[in-house]
Amino acid sequence: MTAYWRHFSHAADIGVAGVAPDLAGAFVQAALALTAVVCEPQRVRADSVVEIRCNAPDAELLLVDWLNALIYEMAVRHMLFSRFEVRLDGTRLHARAWGEAVDMARHQPAVEVKGATYTALRVFQDAQGLWHAQCVVDV
Amino acid sequence: MAHPELRQRSEFEWEIAPVGAMRVPAVFFASQALIDALDAKVFEQACNVAALPGIVQASYVMPDAHWGYGFPIGGVAAFDAEAGGVVSAGGVGFDISCGVRTLHTGLTAAQLERIKTPLADALFAHIPAGVGSTGALRLNDKAMDAMLAGGAQWAVAQGFGAEADLLRSEEHGCMAGAVPGAVSAQAKKRQRDEMGTLGSGNHYLELQRVAEIFDTQAAAAFGLKVDDVVVSIHCGSRGLGHQIGTEYLRDMTIAAGEHGIRLPDRELACAPIDSPLGQRYLGAMRAAINCALANRQIITHLTREVFARIAPQARLDLLYDVSHNTCKVEEHVVAGKVRRLFVHRKGATRAFGPGHRELPPELRAVGQPVLIGGSMGTSSYILAGTRESETRAFSSACHGAGRAMSRHAATRQWHGRTVVDDLAGRGIVIRSPSLRGVAEEAPGAYKDVSAVVDAADAAGLARKVVRLLPMACIKG
Repeated sequence: MTAYWRHFSHAADIGVAGVAPDLAGAFVQAALALTAVVCEPQRVRADSVVEIRCNAPDAELLLVDWLNALIYEMAVRHMLFSRFEVRLDGTRLHARAWGEAVDMARHQPAVEVKGATYTALRVFQDAQGLWHAQCVVDV
Repeated sequence: MAHPELRQRSEFEWEIAPVGAMRVPAVFFASQALIDALDAKVFEQACNVAALPGIVQASYVMPDAHWGYGFPIGGVAAFDAEAGGVVSAGGVGFDISCGVRTLHTGLTAAQLERIKTPLADALFAHIPAGVGSTGALRLNDKAMDAMLAGGAQWAVAQGFGAEADLLRSEEHGCMAGAVPGAVSAQAKKRQRDEMGTLGSGNHYLELQRVAEIFDTQAAAAFGLKVDDVVVSIHCGSRGLGHQIGTEYLRDMTIAAGEHGIRLPDRELACAPIDSPLGQRYLGAMRAAINCALANRQIITHLTREVFARIAPQARLDLLYDVSHNTCKVEEHVVAGKVRRLFVHRKGATRAFGPGHRELPPELRAVGQPVLIGGSMGTSSYILAGTRESETRAFSSACHGAGRAMSRHAATRQWHGRTVVDDLAGRGIVIRSPSLRGVAEEAPGAYKDVSAVVDAADAAGLARKVVRLLPMACIKG
């Protein structure tokens, strides 16, 4: 079973979804989908690393916290991320995100993300055993 | 697709009567065509808002409505603290106090035509726009708090503009009741180098000409004639507002149970107005309003600097500044009684009618300017509040065209380069750091702004004063 990310439509904004055999993998894929809202992830070099920690009451809020932590790091560091490592311990998340500073010419960033929302927020395991992690992000 | 319970009240007003948990009706202002095109989610969201504690009179939906977060975009709802009313971070949204300001230039379209391209290039070079862009201003902790308390008044005191600008802004450029201490260190850090930046997405700075006048008296009071050129700036509270929205949405979602509030949708996250969380949010949200007012004031200053270089004869007086993502305390007449209400406008513009004491004396006879943004290739409008707008939706009107198509669908349909070239063929200069961003914001991805404005006018929310056409657009 392979892991992948996808976008889904929302009237004004964009939905991000990650799918993987395990929950941590689904969070990684959702993060890639987040970067892909801004630019093509393969254009982003994994040059420097940022540590991220989150803790939330449930898996859905943890997904939103994870994406919002990335949005925050992107905003204050003016960075984009393309590689992620996520470890989950109950509702605690420890992660590392690799990326580089925004390069307008090379990345051609389309839009900045304001925040991850609770709209279409779902974290679940499907009948095939794959984990899905998704929500809409406001741009 | 229309809701099965939707009933027509009049040609431009529709209602879903209270059912289930709804405390008040949901009321929609729209033409038949706009109602037919409304996403089913908008009806659901408007009914959810109608179920929130302490809501007064109705959950209102403007003609440009589309599916939002908890509240529909284009939603208006007022709450009474004495009736257990709530304040909702979802009801204000992430881009707190996003809004539009329009500046006169004193130039005619013919004069601008000669300098349009170098002017657009200079504005694009001077005003930071797009992902990762930063402003020249860096605020230390003390200056940040002063900005959050003072808004555009702070910006003017720092030399970004003139006292006269403040008279032409909602709240005279400074939202009272801001509490910088209720804004997290993270939110302040996110704003550290974003003062005076446009942002991205649907934010822009546009050079526009007056193409049509509908109300001669109001246009004269607004100082507008056919072929006059104006500058419209659309942006908000940038990273600070986004972070405040994110943090308080989370806090309110988690605390809803403690407050005895059942949320049909987490995004409706709210807290009683009189609770410590509700009060903290109000203080932080008002600080974000000040951040947006200061931001638009600084961009105004940058715009004036560019005009002073390229078109020194221009005089950029502020026509007006409106915010369309806010919660404000206002007095409104409900069933013959004046009540103090917390009015949420999410993608909706305040539209005070003639005679309102908040308006500057020279505009008081005609009503508040209501600035309605277009979408690069389409018309924008300036409306005025009406006497009847108070009885419609707490003096509120639409805020723009509203999206008709998702960003994905737009990029499948258009290429950014083609959009730029097509608009250039129509004499509209586009400058943007991102061609994909331009495709996502293609004019065709939005509803017909004229149909939205006609519905707002016909429904009595606000009346049309002038129509503007774009000449150049700096797209974030």
